[in-house]
Amino acid sequence: MIANYGYKDGSGEYYISIDTDKCIGCTAGRACLTGCPKGMFEIITDDYDDEVAAVKQSFRRTLAFDCTGCKPAGGYTSLPCSTACTPGAIKHSW
Amino acid sequence: MTAGEKKEYWRWQENCWIDESKNWRDAKIITAGIDVGSVSSQAVICVDGELYGFNSMRTGNNSPDSATNAINGVLEKSGMKLEDITYVIGTGYGRVNVPFAHKAITEIACHARGANYMGGNSVRTILDMGGQDCKAIHCDEKGKVTNFLMNDKCAAGTGRGMEVIADLMQIPIAELGQRSFDVDVEPEAVSSTCVVFAKSEALGLLKAGYSKNKVIAAYCQAMAERVVSLIERIGVENDFFITGGIAKNPGVVKRIEKLLGTKAVDTKYDSQIAGALGAALFGYTLMQKQGASKAAA
Repeated sequence: MIANYGYKDGSGEYYISIDTDKCIGCTAGRACLTGCPKGMFEIITDDYDDEVAAVKQSFRRTLAFDCTGCKPAGGYTSLPCSTACTPGAIKHSW
Repeated sequence: MTAGEKKEYWRWQENCWIDESKNWRDAKIITAGIDVGSVSSQAVICVDGELYGFNSMRTGNNSPDSATNAINGVLEKSGMKLEDITYVIGTGYGRVNVPFAHKAITEIACHARGANYMGGNSVRTILDMGGQDCKAIHCDEKGKVTNFLMNDKCAAGTGRGMEVIADLMQIPIAELGQRSFDVDVEPEAVSSTCVVFAKSEALGLLKAGYSKNKVIAAYCQAMAERVVSLIERIGVENDFFITGGIAKNPGVVKRIEKLLGTKAVDTKYDSQIAGALGAALFGYTLMQKQGASKAAA
């Protein structure tokens, strides 16, 4: 399942997509939990009883601000969350 | 209506129905789904995996009370007691506040499952236009979610926005959709779908000489454009199905269909019960699995 967390507002689209099929039997040891400097990810049991990564509820409406530090302007060449997730489940829309 | 009494144009029709052709006393498994949304609450009862009855009403200021009132409506009409129900699943915004629920499941999974029942197993894309949020969902032939996107940051393009316009125009909400077609030329969409700004923009248009119908048409178009931009992010795959209260507004539905270039599947069911129906069906599957595992043990 592709889970898109985020929103669209007047300034643009801000979605973090998680391919939760890649979270099942995660080969990266749940590295997303520590890879994000703000600790935005958590592991939940989804509606189909699979343990998958999700963006915490408290961050879902403020992604544009919370992720700013990890964008190129913040000195990063790649996103820490996407880099940590070696199965390639995490993507940003912006 | 007495002087000083304000008519509530936004108030939509609450609805309670049971299938008189079915006898719940003959059922092996009775399950219920309770969808406590931000604007409306629904209770659905299924007997042996088939829709038996539902109650759809406005959510009050207390989620547990809303859930209880919703289920009581169907129970009273059917002569059933809460104890007769084998399993109850809560869903929606207030899903964790359903006092008699055995489990909570997100409304995303429940809407997909409900749409699969209401629109058939060929439904692949679902647009849920709720009271205060909007969801675009992809599912497989079993109604299992494969992709979803939700916008709950802003009430634009939602049922609450339409309620505000109904009150502003002083036209009953059920008539808005049809009135929006009664224009000579289709107007441009209002530039903002923000519930707050749309109100002031609509007032500006009225002052500029727009008829009420033209303002409604402009708002319906804006709402359609707003949700279409959301659904296009995950793509549209036929069959396409719309759930939620806005599905009853032909002014928005027809404009969405035109923008997407596809027709939404018609259904004989009330579009507002999709979430609660899906929850009740989840309960049925769970009970079947438990029964099967007990039998195997």
